[in-house]
Amino acid sequence: MTAELLRVRDLAVSFATEGGTAKVLDRVNLTIGRGQIVGLVGESGCGKTTLARSILGVLPRNSAQIGSGSIVFDDADLLKVDPATLERTVRGRQISFIPQDPYGSFNPVFTIGSQIMELMKWKSPELNDRQAARSGWLPRFHGRQRYRADRQRVLEMLAAVQLPNPDAILAKYPHEVSGGQRQRLMIAMALLTEPKLIIADEPTTALDVTIQAQILKLLRQLATGRGVAVLFTTHDLGTAYEICDRITVMYAGQEMEEAPSEGFFNRPSHPYTSRLLRSLPSNDGGLVGIPGEIPSLVNPPIGCRFHPRCEYATEICCSQRPEPHDVGVDHVVRCYHPVTEKPKQAVQ
Amino acid sequence: MTDAAIDPNASASADDVAILDVRQLKKHFAIRNPWGWRTGSLKALDDVSFTVRRGEILGIVGESGCGKSTLGKTLMGIHQPTDGSIVFEGNDIAGLSPSASRDLRRHLQYSYQDPGASLDPRWKIRRALHEPLVVHTDFGYDERERRVRDILQAVGLPAGHLDLYPHEISGGQQRRVGLARILTLHPSLIVLDEPTSGLDVSVQATILKLFLDLQKQFNLTYLFISHDLSVVRMICDRIAVMYLGKVVEFGDTETVFESPRHPYTQSLLAAIPDIGGRRITDTFLLEGEPPNPGDLPSGCRFRTRCLMAQPRCAESEPELRTDWPDQQAACFFAE
Repeated sequence: MTAELLRVRDLAVSFATEGGTAKVLDRVNLTIGRGQIVGLVGESGCGKTTLARSILGVLPRNSAQIGSGSIVFDDADLLKVDPATLERTVRGRQISFIPQDPYGSFNPVFTIGSQIMELMKWKSPELNDRQAARSGWLPRFHGRQRYRADRQRVLEMLAAVQLPNPDAILAKYPHEVSGGQRQRLMIAMALLTEPKLIIADEPTTALDVTIQAQILKLLRQLATGRGVAVLFTTHDLGTAYEICDRITVMYAGQEMEEAPSEGFFNRPSHPYTSRLLRSLPSNDGGLVGIPGEIPSLVNPPIGCRFHPRCEYATEICCSQRPEPHDVGVDHVVRCYHPVTEKPKQAVQ
Repeated sequence: MTDAAIDPNASASADDVAILDVRQLKKHFAIRNPWGWRTGSLKALDDVSFTVRRGEILGIVGESGCGKSTLGKTLMGIHQPTDGSIVFEGNDIAGLSPSASRDLRRHLQYSYQDPGASLDPRWKIRRALHEPLVVHTDFGYDERERRVRDILQAVGLPAGHLDLYPHEISGGQQRRVGLARILTLHPSLIVLDEPTSGLDVSVQATILKLFLDLQKQFNLTYLFISHDLSVVRMICDRIAVMYLGKVVEFGDTETVFESPRHPYTQSLLAAIPDIGGRRITDTFLLEGEPPNPGDLPSGCRFRTRCLMAQPRCAESEPELRTDWPDQQAACFFAE
């Protein structure tokens, strides 16, 4: 057993679109340690959701094309495992998912309880792999014992995510609970199967700030308490700062910088990340945006995809993508001209 | 709906610097059961009063459902107010019929939350920009075109964009077109409803800069409605914090952010991620969620989540106290 739980190497994914082939991920690297909360930060359209989906193995089959690379989870390459095994042993059991939109993720015509019990029917941690393949098809009376155990487990989990009155909530329909509660239910469902990794795709974007703070606190507490690793995608550097141990920044389908949280906010080394941090609203600093627009992924710039907007760009940036190299402890940046000066708003 | 009812308070307190004076504004929506009987009312705005000074940026902040968008829409006459007065440049515009207020409205403009959805997908940008001038002025095509091009330059878009459709430009550019569309009429007050939501940070910074530049250039006053407190802090001169239809705290931005008085404002500020500061995952204390706005608790509406709540809070509703310089808070126990 290695210290790394997940290791994505040189992953390239492209999508067939009407306008041509969109090269959404360009040889992306990502590492998640056991029990670590890793933030995947980037602006919209940078490929963070695609990366999350490729780890889960739920890319759209008819348009997505995985060009190269490997996704090693717990010493097995998920890209080489056959889909049925993946479904039976990994997806939903060892890797679970918290979606962005808690409104759209429940079926409106079934009670919350029946939907959570449906999950337990297929993915309960009590099942071994062989049972998991068929247990969902068995009539309910077949496993009454297990049903009771599962229900008990669900009630305990709802209490753990601080939902008042778990019994009453199970009997409710999704529209009867608030957005914050729905997101708590999603976290509960993600944790119920005792996964090793949770992929949380912008789980707090749709929530208000005070509710967001509650949810972040809860997620961090539960994940560190249970030793579950989290891949937390977000477009908000502030949120990432609050919850993550380690941060990976993506831009237009390339990862730009990987670093532990403190090192990253202290000394962002990629020109893009340093500009991004400076474009956050602050009291002392003026407004520094990044000139230009995010490039099209059908015809992305060659080399480093940030070069058209980069103030340090030279010829080599336009022809060849920089290889990752260390600039600090565990701090990897993919740039020929890493920034060295300290940004204005730095961690004391 | 009283027609142009003049509130005595309004004329007394409206000094010459106030461009907009809102007094005891109320907007209640009916809650009806399946037979259409009125079973209660949802108090989206309850006794909201404030003044906007000429040339300032007033921020309205609060979480979703607190009534900040309803406030903007009521000011614009999209919703008819239930009670209260809205004095804009000396005229009471509350409860006027759309046709009567159209002339006044030329100088009071509203920028929608989602600029992509507020542009007609089948109209080119040129036609969208001409439309307000067609409605409000009797300029000929050439005059309109000249004005549109000037404005387009002011918001930083190339003239070539006039021949594009809304789906062909990015979100930040759509926002610029939305602004240009308003600016063609030379308004004096613009209500910006969540002007930065849905934008990436790098684009957000350039758009905010544009707001500030345009404010100087066209001598504008903004009512800046937002839930993003860090943006509000940076751009607004004064802020009003709303909770469930009430203004709970009002004052100079710096004063409120430095020393928030109301417990709700304190929690709201504690919830903003602060890069470099302490993690909110260690420090955040507020529990619970806002109550159902159709069924408010008695007394202070924040008492169900408040850490300082006392029996008195359930009995009567606190008014805005003016115990501090440049700052007001609606709480009995605020210090």
